[in-house]
Amino acid sequence: MAAKIRKLLVQVDETRIEMGQAVNPPTRRALAMAVIENPYAGRYEPKLDALIDIGEELGALLGQKCVAALGIAPGQAQSYGKAAIVGEAGELEHAAAVLHPKLGAPLRKAVEKGAALVPSAKKRGGLGTAVDVPLGHKDAAFVRSHFDAIEARVSDAPRAHEIVVAVAVTDSGRPLPRIGGLQVGEIKGEDGLR
Amino acid sequence: MIEIRRTFTHVEDIFHEFGPPAAQPLRRGFIAAVLANPFAGRYEADILPMMEVLNAVGTQMAHQLLAAMAVPAERIESYGKGAIVGAAGELEHGALWHVPGGYAMRELLGWSGDRVAYMQGRGEAKTGQPGNALSIVPSTKKVGPPGCTLDVPLTHINASYVRSHFDAIEARVPGSPLADEVVYVLAMSCGPRVHARVGGLKAADISKWDGLR
Repeated sequence: MAAKIRKLLVQVDETRIEMGQAVNPPTRRALAMAVIENPYAGRYEPKLDALIDIGEELGALLGQKCVAALGIAPGQAQSYGKAAIVGEAGELEHAAAVLHPKLGAPLRKAVEKGAALVPSAKKRGGLGTAVDVPLGHKDAAFVRSHFDAIEARVSDAPRAHEIVVAVAVTDSGRPLPRIGGLQVGEIKGEDGLR
Repeated sequence: MIEIRRTFTHVEDIFHEFGPPAAQPLRRGFIAAVLANPFAGRYEADILPMMEVLNAVGTQMAHQLLAAMAVPAERIESYGKGAIVGAAGELEHGALWHVPGGYAMRELLGWSGDRVAYMQGRGEAKTGQPGNALSIVPSTKKVGPPGCTLDVPLTHINASYVRSHFDAIEARVPGSPLADEVVYVLAMSCGPRVHARVGGLKAADISKWDGLR
């Protein structure tokens, strides 16, 4: 593996009751994070190929971790998102290199299909910095019930020369969605939007 | 009396902390359960009935955490517990967790003592090596806002003085507890700190089986 991983973290957030109302079935959101060494920390490099390859590895690893933590078949995944927090000796473009060119394809494989764009967020930060990972339906970005976000944070990372890479996968939308819009039952799933 | 509103599990593998990578990564984890606080907003003199109700919550959480850790019970080497009480509650509501949280985990990990005797304030009669999970489960608690962090202490399950296993894991549930909620936490770890090297009692040298040494 090209990624030098210091820590792997997996969380599952299950909501059974919201505002006094039973959520049935409960909403479940998984978040997998890897704390990796930034191979380009401390200097400007015109090409970022190593991080692009690391993104490909982590798309598979973190996507699979999420699906396993939810205990579902890949096809039961409903929404996803990704994010990165770059330590102080790195630049925002390093997060972009991990997230955008190659992370998506293996993540889509891990959740089966995935016609929609994987929504993302990135920032620079220090130890314990939180990033809100956006979530959207994996096959149709306009599904309003699945617009959500989950907070990713590692208490002792990123160090200056590290990057925290996060992937989130759910088997559900928000706990009590009732603001209309495109419904899951209306998804065509061809263009990734509707 | 109470229902679990939300559960939050966290499992992490630590490969190294800038030293030699561990032969086997250190796995640690916690589970948090978010409950409505039935005493929020007022002083209630008799809160002990809640402790009884929490027994089932503790058992459920201990099993769910062990399942999330995905290791046999024998692999768990240290544990801890904690509580975060929302702003309309008091610290004492967190203290309700001491018995139900601790003993749920100890019983799951092999403790075979007398919980009833403990709850009545009597000591346990000890003979030989009475199973596993002999140590007190270290704990911490606070009143805090949604998303506040709690550093849950971890110590060895059979001897509190095992120095390599003094540790802590940060627990935090984004968005919880609301003012009228409580977050109860259980934590487990599969080994010593990843680069433990400050001497003291070693796990291999536990001999008194008194929960301390």
